[in-house]
This record gives sequence, structure tokens and C-alpha cells, in this order.
Amino acid sequence: MNLESLYMGLKLRSPLVASASPLSDNLDNIKRMEDAGAGAVVLYSLFEEQIRREREALYYYLLHGTESYAEALTYFPEPVTYHASPDQYLELIRKARESVSMPIIASLNGATLGGWTRFARNMAQAGAHALELNVYFIPTDPYLSSAEVEQTYLDILAAVKSVVDVPVAMKLSPYFTNMAYMARRLDETGADALVLFNRFYQPDINTETLEVTPNIVLSTSADLRLPLTWIGILYGRVRASLALTSGVHTGEDAVKAILAGASAVCMTSALLRHGIEHIRTVEDGLRAWMTQHEYESVQQMRGAVSQIHAEDPSAFERVQYMRAISEYKPTV
Amino acid sequence: MKYITLDGNEAVARIAYKLSEVIAIYPITPSSPMGEWADEWASLGQPNLWGIVPQVVEMQSEGGAAGAIHGALQAGALATTFTASQGLLLMIPNMYKIAGELTPTVFHIAARAIAAQALSIFGDHQDVMAVRQTGWAMLASNSVQEAHDMALIAHAATLKARLPFLHFFDGFRTSHEVQKIALIEDDVLRAMIDDTLIAAHRARALSPDHPVLRGTAQNPDTYFQAREAVNPFYAACPQIVQATMDQFAALTGRQYKLYEYHGAPDAERVIVIMGSGAETVHETVDYLNARGEKLGVLKVRLYRPFVPALFTAALPKSVRAIAVLDRTKEPGAAGEPLYLDVVNALYETWEGAALPRVVGGRYGLSSKEFTPAMVKAVYENLAQAQPKNHFTVGILDDVSHTSLAFDPDFSIEPETTVRAVFYGLGADGTVGANKNSIKIIGENTDNYAQGYFVYDSKKSGSMTISHLRFGKSPIRSTYLITKANFVACHQPNFLERYDVLRDAVEGGTFLLNTPYSADEIWDRLPRRVQEQIIAKHLKFYVIDAYKVAAENGMKGRINTVMQVCFFAVANVLPREEAIAQIKRAIEKTYGKKGEEIVQMNLRAVDDTLERLHEVRVPERVTSTIELLPPLAGNPPEFVRNVLGEMIARRGDLLPVSAFPPDGTYPTGTAKYEKRNLALEIPVWEPDICIQCGKCAMVCPHAVIRIKAYRPELLAGAPPTFKATDAKDADWRGMKYTIQVSPEDCTGCGICVDVCPAKSKSAANLRALNMRPQPSLRESERANWEFFLSLPEVDRSLIKPTIIRQQQAQQPLFEFSGACSGCGETPYIKLATQLFGDRMIVANATGCSSIYGGNMPTTPWSVNAQGYGPAWSNSLFEDNAEFGFGIRVALDQHAAYARQLLRQLAGELGDLATAILEADQRDEAGIYAQRERVAALKARLQTLAHPEAQRLLAVADYLVKKTVWLIGGDGWAYDIGFGGLDHVLSSGRNVKVLVLDTEVYSNTGGQASKATPRGAVAKFAAGGKPAAKKDLGLIAMSYGNVYVARVAMGGRDEQTLRAFIEAEAYDGPALIIAYSHCIAHGINMMTAMHNQKAAVESGQWLLYRYNPDRAARGENPLQLDSRPPKLPVKTYLQMENRFKMLELSKPEVAQALFEEAQRDVNMRYALYEYLASRPVTIGSGAH
Repeated sequence: MNLESLYMGLKLRSPLVASASPLSDNLDNIKRMEDAGAGAVVLYSLFEEQIRREREALYYYLLHGTESYAEALTYFPEPVTYHASPDQYLELIRKARESVSMPIIASLNGATLGGWTRFARNMAQAGAHALELNVYFIPTDPYLSSAEVEQTYLDILAAVKSVVDVPVAMKLSPYFTNMAYMARRLDETGADALVLFNRFYQPDINTETLEVTPNIVLSTSADLRLPLTWIGILYGRVRASLALTSGVHTGEDAVKAILAGASAVCMTSALLRHGIEHIRTVEDGLRAWMTQHEYESVQQMRGAVSQIHAEDPSAFERVQYMRAISEYKPTV
Repeated sequence: MKYITLDGNEAVARIAYKLSEVIAIYPITPSSPMGEWADEWASLGQPNLWGIVPQVVEMQSEGGAAGAIHGALQAGALATTFTASQGLLLMIPNMYKIAGELTPTVFHIAARAIAAQALSIFGDHQDVMAVRQTGWAMLASNSVQEAHDMALIAHAATLKARLPFLHFFDGFRTSHEVQKIALIEDDVLRAMIDDTLIAAHRARALSPDHPVLRGTAQNPDTYFQAREAVNPFYAACPQIVQATMDQFAALTGRQYKLYEYHGAPDAERVIVIMGSGAETVHETVDYLNARGEKLGVLKVRLYRPFVPALFTAALPKSVRAIAVLDRTKEPGAAGEPLYLDVVNALYETWEGAALPRVVGGRYGLSSKEFTPAMVKAVYENLAQAQPKNHFTVGILDDVSHTSLAFDPDFSIEPETTVRAVFYGLGADGTVGANKNSIKIIGENTDNYAQGYFVYDSKKSGSMTISHLRFGKSPIRSTYLITKANFVACHQPNFLERYDVLRDAVEGGTFLLNTPYSADEIWDRLPRRVQEQIIAKHLKFYVIDAYKVAAENGMKGRINTVMQVCFFAVANVLPREEAIAQIKRAIEKTYGKKGEEIVQMNLRAVDDTLERLHEVRVPERVTSTIELLPPLAGNPPEFVRNVLGEMIARRGDLLPVSAFPPDGTYPTGTAKYEKRNLALEIPVWEPDICIQCGKCAMVCPHAVIRIKAYRPELLAGAPPTFKATDAKDADWRGMKYTIQVSPEDCTGCGICVDVCPAKSKSAANLRALNMRPQPSLRESERANWEFFLSLPEVDRSLIKPTIIRQQQAQQPLFEFSGACSGCGETPYIKLATQLFGDRMIVANATGCSSIYGGNMPTTPWSVNAQGYGPAWSNSLFEDNAEFGFGIRVALDQHAAYARQLLRQLAGELGDLATAILEADQRDEAGIYAQRERVAALKARLQTLAHPEAQRLLAVADYLVKKTVWLIGGDGWAYDIGFGGLDHVLSSGRNVKVLVLDTEVYSNTGGQASKATPRGAVAKFAAGGKPAAKKDLGLIAMSYGNVYVARVAMGGRDEQTLRAFIEAEAYDGPALIIAYSHCIAHGINMMTAMHNQKAAVESGQWLLYRYNPDRAARGENPLQLDSRPPKLPVKTYLQMENRFKMLELSKPEVAQALFEEAQRDVNMRYALYEYLASRPVTIGSGAH
């Protein structure tokens, strides 16, 4: 049985990819991911604004209160170098490359052009096999048109592509007026893969303190549907590889993702919930299904139930939705 | 020759570091930076001359440092230390030993005043003069270059002479002055240090391989002779030093003499002087001689051993009158030390016809200015037929009439020197930018450069004044600039407070940072400023630096912007070249902090040039804006005439008679100094407020006050005065107001941050919200004054254990100069609210003694009846003992009073009984006793016999007094620990408040034993490897000490309970209070969240250990912290002191943070066990 998958030109021993999460912030975990059968790892995201803010904060607090009172002209010793986040991150890429054989995909998260190109170049130079750009942009400006928002994505991609030779994946949110159009534009701009979909952090409200509180909700298998839909629709219509992220928790979820057309099946919540070794469980599920259904390779499976290959292409579209709604009957 | 621009401390530390193997230090201003440099270089692995990194160790006191050095020397190491002032005094016992054992070493001293009638951190020779009898050689440096050179000469000579050397230079004037100097390269060091002498030093070391005995006890038969045995070494030392100086000259071209004469070869009048003042005399001699005078100056470099013959030989034979200037004061002596040495030298060795006349004078104490005008006055005095002896110069002494008059307008500043003065706000980066400018000019042009910086004694809203000189000739002017051809005012508000153009010269340049444009500014200027711009024909430029800085992400830090402006208009360098140099400097300085920081500074440079505009100066003065008076309100005469002049920066002009001779000052004076620091102040919303009192409790500056009062008192309230119904059931029917003092608030915002009440319809609106101060200033000032006129809440109506009521108690500690958002002052204020009317405070030196007792004003205050804390600072190291002594004396007075009262009981009847049997455990009891004692005193006035009069003098001690020993962790954990431990063990009724910032805050962030594991601090650059000392546990081990650990931001009601219980306990009590601090690298506005996180993570454990509970059969320990619910790392990452370790040494950080978590877990388990174990002790037989 051959689990190999070609994802944006990278040969993965398995389509199961450990997606960006805090789990990949140390080398031991990355090794465990490989041991558990991961085909690749997307390192935790380097947050472009966070780097900037961290440096500004460091600068501010090192200087705060200095040179104003004769007895305390400074408050801290001054180390020669600061390993601000990118340095640690780059070091992790280097070490990971030395320690594991699976591809290392570096992840960069941001919303503006800012330091993208510099960090992307650094990541590629440090040895990342590929980059994943997570353009996490929540437009709140009522005067910003959808065209301008979309252009930001394309600009960032083009800027990064112009400075690195390694493949570049775009991790996207589903909130585009026309996802297919956006996918085509990204494809044309040179995206080597589309990673569908990012789950936006949605803040909660604490009813006692009346404060907005950060609150991460892990995905469940139910979240698989949305990316599955779009992988299925886009499969065969874009040159870029497709990766499915959000909602993969079981072998069956992975099977569905591949059948829809995913070259890579990314997991975060499942690993946070069940541990890194859960990759093996999902792989076992995938293998069991393939055995049962007499598939020899993942390659053979990929896109078998995508829109272009599905028995009923309309199942991905509005007509199917109308049928589903009209046939839905409450059970009580 | 390589030139470098640095200050005296660094110039000395570079040599000392290269030539030492062991460096033991303890921080003390102004010498601390020398130790810090050594620590920094060691942490970076920089080797000494022999290729190995010296051991740099921080000790618990200067006494400890001296002991460690003594040991290191006995073990054959090359060892050094750096200190000053009280630190040097603490080293005296060891210094005798080190000299007595003929041990080579060098102590480098940034010479500083000694605490007498007051402490002073500034420069003079009182400290070094206090050790001249210890047997050490003493070598003086007069400038930054000399300090660099003489440091080497001292290290080389000590090895040859076998005498220890004290190398000293003037605190601040030399230690902190930035100068361009010629750097001594390593090959010179190698040539100067003789390896065979090092080997000889090592051979004398203690070693079991060649054992000896040293440090014996001797008896009357031999001690004397043995003491005389060292004489040949002292006899040989001067020649050794001169030979070393000659060797140095051969290597560097810089020749020094033990007694170095400069001036006319046929001079008749000569000044003898040591230290930086010699540079000013040298410069003045040149100036006056060029105008026909015949004057000279003799610089004493080797002060001990003093060699009369060599000294006399150095004088020109023509000399007829000599003035010896001492930068010290020895009250009661026949003269100051250098004067007496000179008199003796001439008496013993003068071979000319008639002995020259010699007079002595004092100058420059505590960095008092010493100028060419004063030098001229000294020479003029010498020209008199009967010159004044034992004179002072630089002050007006209208009491003993010692002072020489001088012409303040006399100036010798050469036209070729550029003189620039910059007025900056402490936090705005002005000083840093100026240091940078000096480096740029010094290291990239053939100009000489000098920078000297005057700082404020306030820690918030402080003003800095930078004095910069640049020129083609060496700069010897060791005094402030009073003829400036460039004046910059970086903070627009200063214009309305100070006469900033006073020192500008005709045709000079004035640069102002202001939000107003070149067209708008003129009408906004005070009259005094307009007058001077016109009269002096100043070129006038404006820039909105705050805006440029903010637009480039550097809110509030206008250093780069103003630096660019300076270079753009001051014509020190061609503009293009200057800008290129600034950009290079930015890349060099900020490169390691990240590309973002570099870029924002570079952008600011370009933006600045576009936004700098020259103002077209009108021909006529139009302004009616006057300078603000230094004091507000209606201060008493002394406050107005003396303190007010200090505030107005005219303290130098106050005569001797203005001052109390014993250093005693009134309290309650900070309220007159309305500093108007806050850009925004809290504004109260009565409808949202839940009247919890938390805002008042956390306010570091006591500017938020609460009163509940009868509704009819609102008659006559100003129109914007706010009031609402009191919510507390005990205050039903009363009105309630929270009022802010707009002109005393520093704008820290902590009150807003802790306010728990939010508007029901908009969660971002609280009961307090920050609003711009200027538009509120007038109305809120009126409201504040009305509020003050309302009566204080009757203390009998206040339940002190309930914060919302307790916070209506009047604070007797208000408006301190502590940092905006200080974490210490809320605790002090709380103590004064609760017990201030019966409190005596012994305050250890440190932040709290500075914001509590630094002139001109004090936050310690009095209530309407005239009661309030009496406060004193003795020293850093002795505070526990000092407070203990106060307690013992109070107890003795009370015992004596009770004895007299019993003797007089027959006449006083029931009153005596009532006083003797009074229960003063609570406030009501104390107040009743106070009334009884008042009655007693009235009765005693009528009684004639001596016992009655004796009782009258001590009757007040029959009323309970509470003694508080207040200080920081540097005192309690380190330098004063021995004393504190002893005092706690005494069982005496003293209350100890440790304001634990976990670092030496006042001297700039050195690690103490309270510094937690993993925190970065000076002397712990790699993160403190050891855990924090558990001071509370140590104190608890006595069993009879009340101990509490509190954090106001963690649980305020626990803090309040602890203070009340501690005071009520009839015995020693220790409160260890978590005090957030600017030295933590935190947002001070949200600092109470840091306290909360420290508590919730278990990093800071809350508990109370009350021996009274044990007496009741209960477990004395109450653990007030719940089990940790937050990972320690989450808390650590909130503070730069920990965070920077993650950024500089990530692996170390990870390991130390994990250890910190283990510490927390183990500590919680231990305390949980202690708090839950059974307290009944079995008989031993189970």
C-alpha cells in the first residue's frame, strides 16, 4: 500500500500533515510527529505583527525610566544580542532539518505586507522545504472593498514568491465572495498550494467581567464539511496542490479529504486533543479503509469524489442544497 | 592613538577589568556603573589581560565586598572593587587590614559626599578624606583621561610598592562626564604590569603548600614595633609612583607628576587643589596669565603618602601666597586635611627666605559648582594684605561669614567652543541622544567633546539638563554651561516654569519642541521667553517632535528627532555628514534590538528634516504669560522662602542662614509643589461608581481621596463639584465624593485599571476614566480645594477593616516624587492612613528615602490636629537597629512617665489610674488616652514640684506610639539583614515594612537576594540562577514574630488585614509587600495585574503568621493564597525582566522557568503543610 502523496512538489510519505500549532515549537515534538507517521510538519506560525510588537516592547521597556534619575540611569544589563522570535524560529527550522527527514514547512502569519518578504527569505535560507502563508485578515474598515482585500492576498503572495525559490502555500479563510475566483487568481499568481480553510479565532464575552476574552475552540469532524466542499469543487481546476485543514479527526475524515482531492490532510485540533501519536491512529484508519476498499495508493484515491469526478457534480452545488433542505424532517 | 568617547566610570572600569582577576562589588552611586561594566563584560566572556574572564561577584554590602577582596588578595589574586561614600566607610576595617598586611590592590572611588545633616549622592572628597588614615596610598585624577591613565598607574604602582592604592576621582563630575579621551591599548598595559611582581604577590598568598600565619593578635610588648615595620614601604612608595608615571609617559606621551605645577614660573599666588576642580583652576590660570597675571596651580596627585619635600619642591620659588582648596568639611578641625598637610609641608621643608602665607578654603561640597569666577575670587583673596583664611567659595555664608564674594558673570569660555544646553523630560531620551551626539562628534571629527548631565531628584516627570561642549582644544571646563550658544527645550511645559533662555548668549540658537507651528508659536510663549529671544537676537526653530516620534512608532521618545534638529541647526558638523553619522549610529545602537527599531528611527530622521522650521521673530514682546510661581497655595514662610527657591532652581543662591543647622525640616510640604505632570487625569462618574474605595487604595500619589459628609456642606460647592449619596449603610444620609487632585496626579492610570465598576451600557466606561488634564485643571483645582475644605470623616465612623470605609481615612503620605505608578507608595500611604497620627518611621536608604526625604519637599504629612508621622533616615545598612533604638527609647520614656505618674498618683487621683490602666489596643482607646494625657499635661502645668515638670516632658509617651521600619529588599534581604534579624529576634514592638521590588531599584536594578529565579538584573545578566530568599519563613522560625506576605494587587483586603494585625500585635511584625517597579520592565498602568498574576501563579504567596493565634491554640499560619492556577511562565512572560532572558538566552530561560515552576509547587506544598499541621504538641509519648 502506497501512502505517498505529492504536495506542491514535495514528496510526502503520507498525506497526513501536522498542521501549524504550538505542538511544533520544539524539536522533540517534531521528531515524535515523524515517528507517528506525519508526512510533513507545518511549524507553528510566526506572527509578523508579534515580532514587531515584541521588539518594540523590548525596546520600550529597556529604555523606560532610563537616563532621568541620577542614581538609576538604566535598569537592565544590556545583552549583546536578542534572539527575537525569528531567530529562534529559524534555529528550529535548521535543527528540524537536521533531525527529521519529512519536509519542514514554515508558517508565516500576518495581515499586511510588512516584514513578509524578509521573514520568508530567512525561513527559506534556514532550510524550510516550503512556506505556508497564513493571511489572517479580518477586514473591519467599511470603506475597504472586497477587491482591495483580495488584492492584498495577491500582493503578499507575489512579494513572497519573488524572493524565495521554495514552494509557497496560501492558507485561506472561506470568506471570499467567490472562492473559486480567488483560487484561480492565487493559482495564476503562483501559489503552489491552497490550504483550505483557516478557522478564525472568534472572541467570546465573559458575562461576569464584561470583557471580551480570547477563547480557542478546537474543531470537530463536523467542521470538515466546508473545506471538503471547496476541495471537491477546486480539484482539477487549479494547478496548485490542495490541502485540507479543519475537521480531520479520524481515518474516515482523512479518506473523505483525499477523495475530495486533497494532496495533504492537515491536523491540529485532533493532535491537541489526543496527542501527537493520534497521527498513527488516523493513518491506521486510512489504511484500513484502503484495504477494505482495495485501494493500492493514495494517488489512486485523490479526487475520486471531487466535483469533476463525482457521479453527481450538482451535489456540490445549490441544487443539492435545495434538495437537502426540502427533505429535512425534524425527528421529533 | 585611538580616541574614544566615554565617561569616567567606564574609563576606569576598562583598566580595572583588564588588570583584575577578582572583582567584588556592591552598588552605590556614583560608582555603580563601574561594577556594572565589569559584570557586563564578564557576562559577555571578555577576558582580562591574561586571557581569562575575571570573577565578578556582587556582595551583600560594601563591608562584604571589602572582606571578599581581602580574602581574594590573601589568596594571591589581583583584586579590585569600586565604591563611594558610605560604601567606602564600610570598608574601613578591612582597609586597615589590607594595608597592614602590605597587600597590593586598587580600590577605585567615585568620590562622594557623606551623609551628615543630610544624605547627598553628589561629588566631593569627604569619603576619601575619611580613609586617609588607613595606610593606603591615595592617587587623585582630575578628568576622564586622567582617571583612565591613573587607574593604570595605580594598578602598576601597587604591585611595586606593596601598598594598597585608593584611586579617586570626583563623583558625577568625572565619573559621569563624557569626554573624548585617548584609549590605553593592551600593549601599554602589558608593558606597565610586571609579571614578576604578580608572581611575588602570588608567592605571598596563603596556601597549604607553603603555609604561613597572618592576622595574629599582638600584645603590648610587640604591637608597636611591628606597626612601625612598614615604614620603609611608605618611604619608597612616592618614588615608585613617580617612576611608574614616567614609564607611562614614555609609553603614551602623557606625563604626570606627583605634585604637578602649572602656571607662571614666577607666580606669586598659587592654588593647591586635587580633583576635577584642578582643571577649572588650570584653565582659569591660563586665561588670567594671558591677561598679565602671574598665577599658578599645584595639582596634588599623590595625596598619600604625602611627601613634604617633593611638594615644596614643586612650588615656584617666587610664591608668596598659597590657597589650599579642600573639597571636604571637617568640622572642628584646625583646618581641612589638605590645608594642614600643606602647612606642615612648608613648615618642615620650606627653604626660602620667608614662609609663604597659606590659607585654606572649602569649595564644591556635594557637586556644588566650582567655576572660573570662584577661582578668580580665590586668587583675589590671596592678593589681599590679610587674605581670608578657612574661607568657603561658591556659597553665601551669612552665618560664619566664611565665604568669598565672586562675580557670577565672569566667564572664560572661549568663543571657539560650541556650548549647547538641552532641557529634556526624563523619559524622552534626551540624555541618550546627547551621549550619542558626543560620540558622533568625538569619534568622527577632530573636535574634543564633553557632556555632563544634570538629573532631577524626582523619579516621575523629572527634568534633565544636558551640557555639551565641542571644540578644537581640550576641554577643561568642569562646570556647567552658563553661556550657551545653543539652547534646546525638549519639553514645552518647561517654558512656563523655568527661565530656560537665561544662559543663552547674544546671537545664539533656540530650538523648541512644541505642538505649535512656526506661525502659531510666538503668541504661546511666556513674556520672559519672548523678551530674551528679541533682546539676544536668537535664531528660533520649532519642531513638533512628539508628533514625528509618534508617527514613527516611538511615542514619547523624541531622542532621534531632537538629535537631528540639533545637528541641523547647530552647525557643529556639515548637515549631510551629520545626518549620515546619525543614521550610522542608529544602525549600530539599535541593530541588535531589531530591524524594526532601526527602521523607525531612520524614518524619523528623514521626517524630522521636513518638519523643522525657523520662526520669524517679531520685533516686539506681545506676551502677557508670566512664569508660574514655584509654589501653590499659601505656604508658610520657610517653605516659601527656602523650599520654594529650591523648586525654582535658585537653591544655589540661598545663604547659609536659610538652613536649619541640624537638618530638621517641616513635613507636609509636597502639597505646595503642584507639578502638573499628568497629561490625563482620572475623572469620576458617580452614577457608575460602586464606592469600593479600590481606586484610592492603589493610588501611588494619594491624589484620589474619598469623603462622606453631611449634605448641607455641599452649599457653596463649585459648579462642577460631584457628589452622590453614600451607598454604605453606615453612612446612610451622607453625601459621598471621590475627588482627584488634578495638579498632583502623575497620570499613571492605575486607579482606572483597578476600577471594577463598568457602565451597564458601555463596558469601556468605568467609574473612573482618564481625560485630558489641561482642560480640567482649573475646574478640578477649585473642586479639590472645596473637597479639602470638607471635614475629614470622623474616624469613629470608619470600620478600618473594610476597604470602602477605610479608604476615607486621610493619608499622611501624599504627592511623592516616586515613579508614576509606583508599587511601593500605596503600602506606605495605607500605613499612614491607619496609624499615621502615632507613627515614627525609620526609613532605610533607597527609593523610599529619596521620594520620602529628598529636598525640596516631603510627602510625609500631618493631619488637621497637627499629628503625623515623624520620619528619619539613618543609613542603608542600619535601619532595623535605628528603628529599634527609637522603640527602646520610646519604651523607656513611657516607663519613666508611668513611674512618675505613679509617684504623683496621690495628687492626680483617678486621672493617673485611668492613664496607667488604659487599654490602647484600638484607635478609640488611643484617642481616649490622648485626651487623658492632654488633661494630665494641663494639671501638671499647675504643679510645682520637679517630678511634675519631668513628667510633663515625657507625658506624651503615655499615648501609644507605633514604630515603623521601612525599606526595600536591598536593605531587608542584603545589607541590613543581620540587623533586621537581630531586631526581629528581640521581641520588641517594631513594625517592619519591606517594600519588596525584588531588585535594587534606587541604584538601577542590581540583583538582591530577593530577586526571583530567572529574572534578569544587573549582576544577573544571565538570569538569576538561585531562588529568592524566603525572608518570611526565616522570621517565622522565631515563633514570636508576626509575619505577613502581601500583594495589594493580588488581594487588597488581605493586605489591609495584615497591616491592622501587624500593628495590633504586641511584638515584632514583618510585612513583606510585593511592590511592582519600573525596574521590572512592565506597563505601570496595569501593574496591579502583574501582582495578581504573581499571586495566582503562586510565585508570590500570600499568608499571615500571627503568634497570637498560636497562643489561642490555633495554627498561627494562615495561607491566604489559593492553590496556583496560573502557570508561572504566564506570569514571568508579562515582565521584561524575565522576558528578556527568553530573548537573550532562550535555553537558560526555559530551564530557569521550569525551575521556577518547581519552586512554586514545592513552596505551596510546604506552606500548605505548615498551615494545616496540628499545633498542639504532644508529650513525646505516643
